[in-house]
Amino acid sequence: MGKVLMKGNEAVAEAGIRCGCRHYFGYPITPQNEISAYMAKNMPKVGGLCLQAESEIAAINMVLGAAASGVRAMTSSSSPGISLKSEGLSYIAGCDLPCLVVNVQRGGPGLGGIQAAQSDYYQATKAMGHGDLRLLVYSPSTIQEIVTLTSKSFDTSEKYRVPAMILTDGVIGQMMEAVDFDEMVISTPADKSWASCGHGDQRKKNIINSLYIEPEKLEAVVVARFKRYAEIEKNEVMFEEYMTDDAELIIVSYGITARICKSAVNLARKQNVKVGLFRPISLWPYPSDALLNLAKKDITKHFLVSELNMGQMVDDVKVSTHCLKPVSFYGRTGGMLPAPEEILAEIKKILGGKA
Amino acid sequence: MGQIVFDRPKALSDVQLTYCPGCTHGIVHRLIAQVIDELEIEGRTVGIAPVGCSVFAYNFFDCDMIQAPHGRAPAVATGVKRAHPNNVLFTYQGDGDLAAIGTAETVHVGARGENITTIFINNAIYGMTGGQMAPTTLYKQVTMTTPYGREKNIQGSPIKVCEMLATLDGTAYAERVAVDCVKNVNATKKAIKKAFQIQMAGKGYSIVEVLSACPTEWGKSPVEALEWIRTDMMPFYPLGIYKDVTEG
Repeated sequence: MGKVLMKGNEAVAEAGIRCGCRHYFGYPITPQNEISAYMAKNMPKVGGLCLQAESEIAAINMVLGAAASGVRAMTSSSSPGISLKSEGLSYIAGCDLPCLVVNVQRGGPGLGGIQAAQSDYYQATKAMGHGDLRLLVYSPSTIQEIVTLTSKSFDTSEKYRVPAMILTDGVIGQMMEAVDFDEMVISTPADKSWASCGHGDQRKKNIINSLYIEPEKLEAVVVARFKRYAEIEKNEVMFEEYMTDDAELIIVSYGITARICKSAVNLARKQNVKVGLFRPISLWPYPSDALLNLAKKDITKHFLVSELNMGQMVDDVKVSTHCLKPVSFYGRTGGMLPAPEEILAEIKKILGGKA
Repeated sequence: MGQIVFDRPKALSDVQLTYCPGCTHGIVHRLIAQVIDELEIEGRTVGIAPVGCSVFAYNFFDCDMIQAPHGRAPAVATGVKRAHPNNVLFTYQGDGDLAAIGTAETVHVGARGENITTIFINNAIYGMTGGQMAPTTLYKQVTMTTPYGREKNIQGSPIKVCEMLATLDGTAYAERVAVDCVKNVNATKKAIKKAFQIQMAGKGYSIVEVLSACPTEWGKSPVEALEWIRTDMMPFYPLGIYKDVTEG
């Protein structure tokens, strides 16, 4: 196929189809509508289904049903719609079902705005529905990376039976970039002998359920699930380091903001300011150990968190680095984006006379 | 030697039901299981359990089961059915699940004409949570949250589900039945069987509304409760077929 020019929203849809997903359930919301449009046009060509549900709530429950029956299923939405999906995601997590949810974030809270934001970081990484639960959360910063992370999401989600989210934003969703689908690693879906799709008189019945009325049983199930979470934290951490070797200040940033910060790092380096970028790709599991290693280095003097919200990741960086070095924050919110020069100015302010 | 004339249907699991004495869930469970046996479809049937007293239905049927979030059984069933068109899907839902929190899912599963079957237990009350007003609670009916009786100008009107869903093009079959007496129990089984057959023929959405008793939350004896279905529920919720695409 070679390189094609595509919007992020279209790329995640195409990647989903290439991963063998044949069941997409959506509900319109800006700025992710290109995903449903692409699915509606292209799913029928491969014998797949793009179904517009009556609400985000119905869409995520259709995903629950399809996933429970053993097929690769996905949905997408943007921030207010993701809030509506949180109930279903809690059930999906409680039923140990794999699936993919794409959140093309916009400004909040409430109806907020329709421009890009990263203000669902807390929701995605800490509170995606009620109960003790985790989602795999991936943050792409290029459209090529959306494609690789789509396949990663399905694979990891099925391997551990944990729902996955691609946490992206209105910029990545809407902008066009060259993308090469030949770079995708397409895997074979995992064994799903647990699925409820008719026992065919061949086995005992399967039950997909999140209810355990006896507290002892519920605790045991949750604890067992957290053992899988621990495995994920051990095996599935993803991050990128850029010019961190000799960096005095390390920017910690993800998604679209990390790209802006990379430009800021390049600007700083031209002025001989020793800045690096640490980019978490998996927001859960969070790359805490790698950050701690950086914090332990003598050369590292300061961390600067930058994201499109009011500082939702700051605590994760502080906890990861054991507060060994100061952690500052610079961000924009509500759909506003920082320019690389703004980040550079912040860097200089922090490094003071040294820059 | 005696001859076995009455036995547990194969599709009904050999476990103790969790329902109160006099509750009619057990009758309806048995009828569904009998229909599954008679149609020989247990191997390809997937049942969707609701939230409410019948949440544990996933333990009571021997086919594959999925427990759905409150009100979302039709959406969950849609996901399964679209992925596995040869599966036979039934949702088992109470009045709060189907006609309050899940109203949107209920209307749209009919609007889409999904080939699934809903068994709708209408007992005019929330059982599991302790007897609150349901969307189908009758005028003047006393419940935990209508202690002075349901008033139209305060709590609004009871929803007639079969009448409402019958207006949808995608609804192939809607019948209201009751399990208050042997004659009606037999009619209920016939309706459930027909609903499954309509699904299997790919004709669209089918729903069987079963007027059911909740002696515990109604504060009545089991016999009084069955009588109340006849004296109070049936006049407001007339039995009958509201939609049947296989008829003329």
